[in-house]
Amino acid sequence: MKMARTEPRSLRQYIGPAERFLFDRDASARIPDLVCGTVLGGRIGELAGRSVLVATGGQLTTALVLIELDGVARRLTILPPDADPDHFAAIVAGADIDAVVVDRSSATSAAFDVPLRVICAREIAAAAQLPVPSRETEWVMLTSGTTGVPKMVVHTLVGLTAAFRGRQPDDAVVWGTFYDIRRYGGLQIFLRAVLGGVSLVLAGAGEPMADHLDRLARHGVTHLLGTPTHWRRALMSPAIKNISPRYVRLSGEIADQTILDSLHNAFPSAVVSHAYASTEAGVAFEVRDGLAGFPAELVERSRDGVEMKVLQGSLRIRSPRAASRYIGNETALVDQDGFIDTGDMVEPRGNRYVFAGRRGGIINIGGLKVHPEEVEAVINRHPQVRMSLVRSRHSPITGSIVIADVVLKSADAAAHGELGEVKGDILKLCRETLPRHKVPAAISFVPALDVAATGKLARRYG
Amino acid sequence: MSVKLTIMHQMEQIAREHGKILAPLCDDLVLLDSGLDSLGFAVLVARLEDKLGVDPFTASEDALFPVTFGDFVKVYENGAH
Repeated sequence: MKMARTEPRSLRQYIGPAERFLFDRDASARIPDLVCGTVLGGRIGELAGRSVLVATGGQLTTALVLIELDGVARRLTILPPDADPDHFAAIVAGADIDAVVVDRSSATSAAFDVPLRVICAREIAAAAQLPVPSRETEWVMLTSGTTGVPKMVVHTLVGLTAAFRGRQPDDAVVWGTFYDIRRYGGLQIFLRAVLGGVSLVLAGAGEPMADHLDRLARHGVTHLLGTPTHWRRALMSPAIKNISPRYVRLSGEIADQTILDSLHNAFPSAVVSHAYASTEAGVAFEVRDGLAGFPAELVERSRDGVEMKVLQGSLRIRSPRAASRYIGNETALVDQDGFIDTGDMVEPRGNRYVFAGRRGGIINIGGLKVHPEEVEAVINRHPQVRMSLVRSRHSPITGSIVIADVVLKSADAAAHGELGEVKGDILKLCRETLPRHKVPAAISFVPALDVAATGKLARRYG
Repeated sequence: MSVKLTIMHQMEQIAREHGKILAPLCDDLVLLDSGLDSLGFAVLVARLEDKLGVDPFTASEDALFPVTFGDFVKVYENGAH
C-alpha cells in the first residue's frame, strides 16, 4: 500500500488495490470495489458540489458514503446516531444543506426538507463513471450545545488525519471500534483504517456485546477502540476471552486507573492507550504508560505542532488537528492566541496532570455530553419546583451519572407525605422530554441551593 | 428487605422506566443478558448507593464488575456488612 507523503486530497486515493473490508453486523463491503463502484446508484453525480447531510442509519453505509463523497461534495455533515429530530431543521439551515443521503434503516428519511434525497444501497454496484474528486470537502461534525441545539464543528480531511498520517502501514492490523464512527473518536479510527489500508469491524445498532465480541474475534481484530464505558461493558461479558487485541485504545471519556488496570489484566501483552481528543480540538495526545492522567511534560512543549497549556485550571490546546470554526455560532472557537479552551479541568499531581471534571458542570456519560441547564429547564417546568441543580455523580459503569437536587415551592408536599409522588412526576416529565442518558438517576429534595455572587447557581466542576 | 430483594426490585423498576424487558433473575444469569444496558446499570448502582449506603465498585480498589447476577448480589452482600 502506497502511503501519500503529501497531504491527502481525498479518501478515494487510499482505497485501492489492497484487499480489505468494512464489516458490520450483517453485511460487509470490499473497499477496493469502490474504485469502480458506488452505493449511491446513478445519483452520485448529482451530489457533486453540494452540502450533503449523511443521515444513514447504519455505520457501514456511513463509511461508504464518506469515502465516495469526500472530494466530491462541497460539505459533508455527519448526523450522529442519537440526533434529535427537533434539531434537524436547524442543522439543515445552519450547514446550508441541499442534499441528504439516507439508507433503508434511517428512521428519519422523510424528516429533512431538502431539494435532493438519495437512498444509498448496502452493496457496492459497478458504476460506469464516477466523479473525480476535485475539491477539498468541508467535514462537519456535531457536538452538543448548552441549549440542546448541536454545535456544528468544521474540519478538513488534512486536520482530521493529522494525528496518524504518514505512519508506516502495517498490513497485519485489523481495526475494530465499539465507538460509533459518526462521533469524533470513532471517526478517527475509520480514517486510520482507510489511510492505513486495512479492514475495520464496526458495531451494529443495538448489537449485543457478546455477538459483537464474537465478530471481533472472528475477524481477528488486533486494534480496538472504545470509550471507558464500552470497555467496562465488554469486561462484563464472558465473550471478552475470545478477543486478543495487541492495541487497546480508550477515548471519548476520561480513563480512570481502575479501567486501565482492568484492561491491562485482561490483555497483559497489549498496549493500553488512552487518547485525549475533543470534537473541537482534535486529538491532542495519547498516553501509553498505563497511568491515568498525563505527564506534565506534555504541557508547554509542542509535539507534532500540538501545543497545550493550563490556564485558570482548564486545558487549552492549539493544534493543526483542531477544527477551523463553528458554523452559525457566534462563539469563537479559539482565543486571541489561537488556543481552544477544552473546558476540561486538570490538576497537577506529582509529575502528572489528572482530570478533575468539566467547567460549567458539563457531565460526560459514556462519551455523551450533558449540559445541566438543559435538564434543569425540564425539571423546573414542574409546577411544584422552585429551582433545581443538576450535577454529576461518579459512576463505576459510565464514568458519571446525572443526579438532581430540587427545591420545592412549598413544604406542603413533604408535609403531606407526597414527596415520592412528586419525584415520580418529575422523572416522568424528564423521561418524556429528554434522551435517556440525560434523565437523572436520582433526585434529592433539598431546602435550598447555593447561589454564587454572580446570582447564578453555584456549580462545582467534577 | 434483603439485599438481594432490594437489587431485584430496583432492576425491575429501572427496566420499566427504561422500557426494557428484564430476564428472569437467577444467580447464573449473565448481567449483560439481563436486559439492562450500561446506562441501566449506572442508574442501578447509583440507586443502590442511596438505598444500601454503599457503592462497592467505587469503594474497592479491585473493582472489576461482576459477570453474573449472583456475583453482583454477592458484591453488595459483602459490601453491606
